[in-house]
Amino acid sequence: MGVLLRLVLCLALLIFAAFIQAPPTRAQQAAEDPVAAIAAASGFDELARAIDRLAVSGHPQALAIVEALRAGTLGQRAADRALLWRDAEGRFRDAATGEVVEGVSPRDVRPIRVNNRVRRSLDAALGALQLASPDPRVRLSAAERVFRARDPEAIPVLEAQIARETDPRIRRAMEWARAAALLASDRDVAAKVEAVATIRTRYDLDARGLLASLRDEPPEVMEAASAAIRAIDRHLALVHAAQDVVFGLSLGSVLLLAAIGLAITFGVMGVINMAHGEMVMLGAYTTFVVQDWIRDNAPHLFDHSLFIALPLAFVVAALAGVLIERTIIRFLYGRPLETLLATFGLSLMLQQAVRVIFGPNNREVGNPSWMSGSIELFELMLTRNRVAIIVFGFAVFFALLLVIRRTRLGLEMRAVTQNRRMAGSMGIRVPWIDSLTFALGSGVAGLAGVALSQIDNVSPNLGQGYIIDSFMVVVFGGVGNLWGTLVAAYTLGIVNKLLEPFAGAVLGKIAVLVLLVLFIQVKPRGLFPLKGRAVEA
Amino acid sequence: MTTLSRRSLLAGTAGAIAATTLAAPYVRAQAAPIRIGVLHSLSGTMAISETTLRDVMLMLVEEQNKKGGVLGRRIEPVVVDPASNWPLFAERARELISVHRVSAVFGCWTSVSRKSVLPVFEELNNILFYPVQYEGEESSRNIFYTGAAPNQQAIPAVDYLMNEEKVQRWALLGTDYVYPRTTNRILDAYLKSKGVAAEDIFVNYTPFGHSDWQSIVAQVKRFGSAGKKTAVVSTINGDANVPFYKELANQGIKATDIPVVAFSVGEEELAGIDTGPLVGHLAAWNYFMSVDTPENKAFIDTWHKFIRNPRRPTNDPMEAHYIGFNMWVQAVQKAGTPDPDPVIDAMIGVAVPNLTGSIAAMMPNHHITKPVLIGEIQADGQFNVVWQTKGTVVGDEWSDYLEGSKDLIADWRPPMRCGNFNVRTGRCGGQS
Repeated sequence: MGVLLRLVLCLALLIFAAFIQAPPTRAQQAAEDPVAAIAAASGFDELARAIDRLAVSGHPQALAIVEALRAGTLGQRAADRALLWRDAEGRFRDAATGEVVEGVSPRDVRPIRVNNRVRRSLDAALGALQLASPDPRVRLSAAERVFRARDPEAIPVLEAQIARETDPRIRRAMEWARAAALLASDRDVAAKVEAVATIRTRYDLDARGLLASLRDEPPEVMEAASAAIRAIDRHLALVHAAQDVVFGLSLGSVLLLAAIGLAITFGVMGVINMAHGEMVMLGAYTTFVVQDWIRDNAPHLFDHSLFIALPLAFVVAALAGVLIERTIIRFLYGRPLETLLATFGLSLMLQQAVRVIFGPNNREVGNPSWMSGSIELFELMLTRNRVAIIVFGFAVFFALLLVIRRTRLGLEMRAVTQNRRMAGSMGIRVPWIDSLTFALGSGVAGLAGVALSQIDNVSPNLGQGYIIDSFMVVVFGGVGNLWGTLVAAYTLGIVNKLLEPFAGAVLGKIAVLVLLVLFIQVKPRGLFPLKGRAVEA
Repeated sequence: MTTLSRRSLLAGTAGAIAATTLAAPYVRAQAAPIRIGVLHSLSGTMAISETTLRDVMLMLVEEQNKKGGVLGRRIEPVVVDPASNWPLFAERARELISVHRVSAVFGCWTSVSRKSVLPVFEELNNILFYPVQYEGEESSRNIFYTGAAPNQQAIPAVDYLMNEEKVQRWALLGTDYVYPRTTNRILDAYLKSKGVAAEDIFVNYTPFGHSDWQSIVAQVKRFGSAGKKTAVVSTINGDANVPFYKELANQGIKATDIPVVAFSVGEEELAGIDTGPLVGHLAAWNYFMSVDTPENKAFIDTWHKFIRNPRRPTNDPMEAHYIGFNMWVQAVQKAGTPDPDPVIDAMIGVAVPNLTGSIAAMMPNHHITKPVLIGEIQADGQFNVVWQTKGTVVGDEWSDYLEGSKDLIADWRPPMRCGNFNVRTGRCGGQS
C-alpha cells in the first residue's frame, strides 16, 4: 500500500470521526435547548421567543431563569457566553443547572437587557410556571398574568389546575384566564360564547378591553361580546361616578390640609398671610431632612419617617410663625394692605432662602411602603397615599377643633379675636395669645407640608401652588369658621373632580373659580358666616 | 472691519514678540477676552432644569480656555438670571448684547422665553444658541436650534410605538402651553395621515405644576380598555412629571400594558422619583447618559470633576450645548473673528462630533443633524436604548404635516436668505 493511500484513509477516518463526534453548533443547540436559545438570542424578538419556549419546555430551571431575567440579575459571561445569574447572596449560578459557579468576577458578566416585548413574555412565562405554586397569593397573581397573556397553549395546564384548585377565588381567576386563552384559540363557537359569558362576570376594564379586542370571530361570539361590553359599561358607569367622588374627596382633603392653618391665621386672627404656603413648604422640607437623616443613619426606621417628621414639622413651622409674628406682623395689625405686601415679600425671601440652602432642584421624599400602591374597596381603586391623606386631614381638623373648643388656649384665642380690649381687661395677655395663635396656624401648615410632600414635589415653589386655593377655601367657607373650611374644601374638591372629565383640568379649574365668584356675589360672607355682635366689633 | 483686523494684526505681532520672552499663557491673558452670554433661569420654576445648563456652559468655557481659548483669546462667560420670567428674558438679553457686548448667547429653555428674546436678537443682530427640543415652526437668522425639531423626536417615537409595540390608540397628554399644543397638533395630523381614527386619539392638557393626576390617569385607563393597544405620548413639562409618574405607578399602569413615551423627561427629572415601578416606560431623545461611547465617557468624567459630584446626571440639552458651543468655536475660527455677522455665515456647514458617536452638522435652516434614540427607563434611573435611527436625521423646521407650514422651507445661505420661503408661491414671507 502506498503512503498516499494510507494518508487518504487516515484523513477519511479523521473526517468521519469528526463528523460523528463534532459538538453541535450553537444554532443546533439553540434549536433543542431553550436555555441555549436565550444565550444565543440576538435582539429582543428572538429573546422573547426563546422565553416563550422556555415556559412550555418543562426545564427544571425555567422559573429561576425567568425570575432572574425579571430582576435583571441574569447575565452572560463574556468569555464563553455562558448564562449565569446572581442569587441573593451574590453568588453566580449556572442558568442551565442552577449550581453555584465559583470564581466569577461580576465584571466579566454582562447583564442581559430586556424591553417591553420581552417583559410581556416574561410575565406570561412567570404566570404559566407559577400556576401550581403552593402559595395561594402567588397562584392568584399567576392566574392574572395568564389572563393577560391569552396564550392558547396554557389551556391544558389551566384545566389541570382548575380541577385541583380548592380556593374559589383563585379558581375563578383561573377560569377567567382559561376563557381568555380560549378566545385566542381556534375552538368552536359554543366554547367561545361560553368563554365570553365567563369573562363578562369580571365586570372590569380588563374584561372590557379583552372583549372589545375580539375581531373576525363568528357572529354569535361577536354578538355575545358586544352584549357583554354593554353590560360591563353600564356597571362601570356607576363605579366611575363613585370613583370621581372619591377623587374629589381626596382633592378636598388636600385643600383642607392646605387651608386649615390659614383658617386660623386669616380666619380667626384676620391676618392676610401670603407666606402661609411657605410654612407648608417648611413642613415638607422638614420631612425631607428627616428622611435624609434616616436613610443615612437608621434605614430600618424609614417606614416610620413620617411619624417622626410630623412633630418636628409642627415645631419648625410654628417657630417660624412666632418669629414672623413677633418681628413683622404684630406691627401691622389692622393694616391689611401692608400685611399683604410684607408677607408676600417674606414668602419670596423664604423661597429664595430654601433655594439657596437646598438647591433649586426637587428633593426626593419617598413614600413609606404602607403608602405605596392601591387597595380595592367595592371595586373602587383607592391609592394608599390618598387614603392616608383623607384620614390625616380629618384627624388634623378634629384635633384643631378640640383645641379651640375645649382648651384654655382655645378659649383665650376666641376671646381675643372677638374683643381684644375686653379680653385684655380680663387679664389675658393679648400679645402672647396673638403669637400662640399664629404659631398654631403655622404649625398646622407645617403638618400639611408633611402630607403634601407625599403627593407633590418638594421644591421651593411648593407653597405657591397652594396659597390661592387656600384663600379660596377659607373665603368660600366663611371667614372665622372651621366647619365652613371643612365643607368648602370638600365641596370645591368634589365639584372640581366632577367637572374635570368633561372640561379638562384647565377649564375645570376656571369653571370652579367662576362659580366661586358668582357665589361670593350672592353670599359675600361665605357658606357659614359668623353672626352676632362679634362680627361688627 | 479694517480697524479690527489691524488690531488683531497688532495683537498678533505683539504676541509674537512677547512669546519669545514670556510664557505663552501670559500672552493669552493679555489679549482682550471674547465674551459670551449665558441666559438661563437660576431662580423660579425653570431653575430646576436651567441651572444645570448654566453649569455646563461654564464647564465648556473652562475647558476651551484650558486649550487656549479661541483665536488666541480667552473666552469670558457673562451669566445673568432671567428668573423664569418671560419678559425679563428679553431685558436680560438686551443687557447682555448692549451692555456686556457679548459675541453670542447660549440660553433659554421654554419656547415662550425663546419667543420673547427673538425680536431682541434680530434687532441687535446677535446670535442665540437654543439647546432644547421644541415644536418647530420657526427659523430665525439669529438663532441656531441645537435641540430637536418634532421630526427628530416626536415623529420617530410615534413610529416606534406604531411599528414595534403595534399601538393603535393614542392618549396625548401635555402641559398647557405652546410646545405641547403645537407638537400635539403635528402628531394629530401625522397619526391621522397614518389612518388612525379621530376617536382613537385622546388629547388632554393640564396646567404647569399640576399635581392631582388621579382622574386623568383613571381616564387614560378607561381610554385604554377599548380593545386596542394604547400608548400615552407625554409632553408634560417640568415638575408635574413626578406626581404624574407616581400616580401611574399607584394606579398600577405598567409599561407592558400602556407604555408612556415622554419628550421632556430625562435623567435629571428621574433623579427625583423612585423608578422601580416605571421600568419600561419610554423617552425619546437624541442623547442618553447611558450611551456607551468614548466621547460620552470623557464628557461625563469632565462634568463630574467640574461639578464635584459623581452622581449628577447628564442629559440631552447638555449635549445640545456641547454641540452648539463647539460649533460656535469652530465657526469663530473659520470666520477669524467673533463678530456675529461673519460667524452666522460661517456656522452653516460646520460639523462637530456629538456624544453618541455620530456627527452633528449645521444645516442651512439653522437646525442640526441628530440621531434619534428611544430609551426605556431602568430601575437605576438611567435609560436603556432599545431603538435608534440608522443614521442622523436633519431637523425639519416647518412641519410637513401641518396645513400652511408644509409649503415653507428655510435656507439662510445666499441668495435665498429666508426663514420662511413658500415653495408654492415662490416668495419669502410665510404662509400668505
